[in-house]
Amino acid sequence: MGVGAFFTGKLDEAIGWARKYSIFQYPFVTACCGMEYMATACSHYDVDRFGAGLPRFSPRQADVLFVVGTISHKMAPVLKRIYDQMCEPKWVVAFGVCTCTGGFYNNYATVQGIDTIIPVDVYIPGCPPRPESVIDGLMKLQDKIAAGAQRF
Amino acid sequence: MDGGAILARLVERFREAVLERHDFRGDHTAVTARGTILDALAFCRDDPALAFDMLVDVTAVDCLVLPGREDGPRFEIVYHLYSTEHNHRLRLKVRVEEEDARVPTATGLWPIANWLEREVWDMFGVRFEGHPDLRRLLLYEEFIGHPLRKDYPIERRQPLIGPKV
Repeated sequence: MGVGAFFTGKLDEAIGWARKYSIFQYPFVTACCGMEYMATACSHYDVDRFGAGLPRFSPRQADVLFVVGTISHKMAPVLKRIYDQMCEPKWVVAFGVCTCTGGFYNNYATVQGIDTIIPVDVYIPGCPPRPESVIDGLMKLQDKIAAGAQRF
Repeated sequence: MDGGAILARLVERFREAVLERHDFRGDHTAVTARGTILDALAFCRDDPALAFDMLVDVTAVDCLVLPGREDGPRFEIVYHLYSTEHNHRLRLKVRVEEEDARVPTATGLWPIANWLEREVWDMFGVRFEGHPDLRRLLLYEEFIGHPLRKDYPIERRQPLIGPKV
């Protein structure tokens, strides 16, 4: 390995480390999973220790899109637009079974998994997922952020 | 006012235009002819002894596969009334055929009927004549058909974006 590659590798690691501890989420909350999201975001579970304590309520200032709750076909274009408005690098978390697969809503109104519309990085199943599952998903997302190639 | 007395008063006023009446465990229902439903609703609202000042819900039933009712009129429009003054309730129904699924609007009596009737139009495809703005309430304009009809295919999907699964 040349000296240049060594420094690029170390720089990637450093940026990955910084990025995984500065997760600014955009909570796209549409349904009951929102309660569990709020429980996770409150002091009892302390997501601040993962650097994810500050949700941004503008997609242009967010890194991670948390899709929390059932997405209907009427809402789908809105979700796609929010995703398109986010700046790179960006990640998507599907929170709860409705966003993962449609859950038990197999009907005319519900999108059967948001991955039919936008790319998803981490799936957190559960109806709704417990905060422990959410934190597990968050840590998996951190690993993914840190391990990926860093574009800057 | 007792439910039986409410029904008696309706029958006294509208006679044979009240096609049926039911009393099931304290729930009182009257079925009226379509031509009478608007007068019946207005009477229920304005008669001092009834004073149904609140339209709680307008909904519909698709009797296409309802046991024993397959051959009758397909749709049943249901009005739930409540009187805040007397604390009593009444359910009014009107039956319409599929080919002629129209009822007069109640928006002139209760403004809330505007949205309730839009929802019935959206889900069942029953038209409300004289409604000021009969658009879909919950679904999107691109949606074809009325999903709560019993002959709407359960697997049919009409996504605005994404795959047509």
